[in-house]
Amino acid sequence: MDRADRLDPSLNPKLDPSLAAEVSRLRWQCRRGMLELDLLLNRFLDAGFVELDPAGRTDFVRFLGYQDQIIHDWLMGRAVPADAPLRRLVVRIQQAMRA
Amino acid sequence: MTIPHRKFDALIIGAGGAGLNAALRLASADLRVAVVSKVFPTRSHTVAAQGGVNAALANVFPDDWHWHMFDTVKGSDYLGDQDAIEYMCREAIPTVYELEHAGVPFSRLDDGTIYQRAFGGQSQNFGGDQAARTCAAADRTGHAILHTLYQQNVRARTHFFDEFFAIDLIRDEEGAVLGALVLEIETGATLVIEAKATLIATGGYGQVFRTTTNAFINTGDGMAMALRAGVPLMDMEFYQFHPTGVAGKGMLITEGARGEGGYLINGDGERFMERYAPRALDLASRDVVARSMVTEIREGRGCGPNKDHVMLKLDHLGAEVVHHRLPGITDICRVFLGIDPAKAPIPVFPTAHYAMGGIPTDRFARVVAPARHGPEEVVPGLYAAGECACVSVHGANRLGGNSLLDILVFGRAAGTDILQYVAENPNHRPLREADLEPAVTRLARWERKGEGETVAAVKADLRKLMEDHCGVFRDDDTMAVGVEKLKALRERVEHARLKDQSPTFNTARIEALELDNLVDVGMATLMSAHARQESRGAHSRIDHPARDDERWMKHSLYSRDGDRMDFKPVRTKPLTVESFPPKARVY
Repeated sequence: MDRADRLDPSLNPKLDPSLAAEVSRLRWQCRRGMLELDLLLNRFLDAGFVELDPAGRTDFVRFLGYQDQIIHDWLMGRAVPADAPLRRLVVRIQQAMRA
Repeated sequence: MTIPHRKFDALIIGAGGAGLNAALRLASADLRVAVVSKVFPTRSHTVAAQGGVNAALANVFPDDWHWHMFDTVKGSDYLGDQDAIEYMCREAIPTVYELEHAGVPFSRLDDGTIYQRAFGGQSQNFGGDQAARTCAAADRTGHAILHTLYQQNVRARTHFFDEFFAIDLIRDEEGAVLGALVLEIETGATLVIEAKATLIATGGYGQVFRTTTNAFINTGDGMAMALRAGVPLMDMEFYQFHPTGVAGKGMLITEGARGEGGYLINGDGERFMERYAPRALDLASRDVVARSMVTEIREGRGCGPNKDHVMLKLDHLGAEVVHHRLPGITDICRVFLGIDPAKAPIPVFPTAHYAMGGIPTDRFARVVAPARHGPEEVVPGLYAAGECACVSVHGANRLGGNSLLDILVFGRAAGTDILQYVAENPNHRPLREADLEPAVTRLARWERKGEGETVAAVKADLRKLMEDHCGVFRDDDTMAVGVEKLKALRERVEHARLKDQSPTFNTARIEALELDNLVDVGMATLMSAHARQESRGAHSRIDHPARDDERWMKHSLYSRDGDRMDFKPVRTKPLTVESFPPKARVY
């Protein structure tokens, strides 16, 4: 079972139903107008999201609320978020891409 | 089960630049407008457009819409319809000023006028000196336009159905379009949106190819809806590829990298362009470079464990040049590949970028299809604009800066015509339950239980098939095999199953519906490419290397019913000026 399949409730019966619902909802929020964001955000959702603590998951939801162009600038290293939790999240998303 | 109905004057499917510009025109005139978008509107693919909008404002160099028209006709390899091109180039000027007044923060010259940059394919005086015609808002023009249009629509009280997926158009017995069946992604609930006029503005379908610059949302939904409603798709063989995308991912590595001295190598470390283009080398035209790359891979000289890409070498240029002159490429390599392009080569493969073909329309954005009285009969109540439409202003190839222009001008034209259409047709046409049946049946198909292949597996095979059989390497044998394989794959879709049948945020179901759409537009592309036995613009055939105006200066039309190909003439007569007759296209 690969990382994405572990988050698919139809393939992983052990998955916590509330987490599965949350991931499904966020999967659609990770559909963006730019391919770069699709790749980075979906990879993180599959590989890094479940390892976040509750505060980190809340930060990720907040992160997804920003405009595509702003998220793009942060993830491509052209700008830095003002608050520390989002800065940490940017690093984790970038690390997940290269893992 | 009774499906609730809502009624609007106009329904717009898709919330990119075309849809929002049409919606703004309609809502500003106090029509009741519904915009359905499968993602939040400002996450539409228009946001990714960096380049700009062409308009002959003459702020930097002398310019004229007629010169813009010449460049566009020539760029289209003479397949563009010259009435539509004249209209677009003339309307470009008021369209840009309208956007400026709506609040788009265009970059400025010192005298306060809109800054205009030079792009390839732009000329002064019908092929003379370089023109500077592209209006830009720094390197984020699409983002600026999309956000401005969205905010203006909110002000104008456009009704947004965010995160709703359009299943299918609804047509009555006489063929008039009455609206669409849509699905709320969050709840899985269906809704019928009845409208006096419906505009399809759903963008492109790059996701049909394995390597693409397009976002995940670009799955040809509107084009496939048109096909299922009996409307053919036009000129689908013309798809623009860039030679250098990041292999396995798709992001564009700009031609600037080769312009700075970067070059391609195969798995043997050989600079292979020396064999294909001894003079121009890596700066040969896009189609030559792309086809050379794929030829190397097909003949077993690719790179990597699967020998499925080649390498772009920049490391000989030095860190100073690479990091300072190519910062975007440096960022992409660092973030997605974990490499420094000043030290390591970049794995590259041709990447699918832009569809010239689509739903056939006239210059008023009205959908036209062959019917009893000729090849261009208007489908009552149906409009299309943007990348999903084929007016056709791009013909066989699109010029840089003309795609944002296309969505804005023809989104606006759709709005203008819908205003008149609704004034002349003030009542909703009656909708019978039977008119809904095809759309309801399509949705219900994915509720079938039992064992079957996964959507993801079939989709991956489709994208690989399209890349292998209808990418940049096109000849009769390759495409004939591709058509048969795609017909077999289409059968596999019938037997695929969804394991997750839950109603809420069931993204798997949306991906299944998108797969249906991709298969339909994929077949349209492959069959059209197989049929056209010439090379023109972006459609480049090894077995028919020359343009053949005598046999092929005509538009192709693919119909889903019976996988049928048909053709219609190019509109060579402009509105007010002389025609530009076909010539050899030399730059």
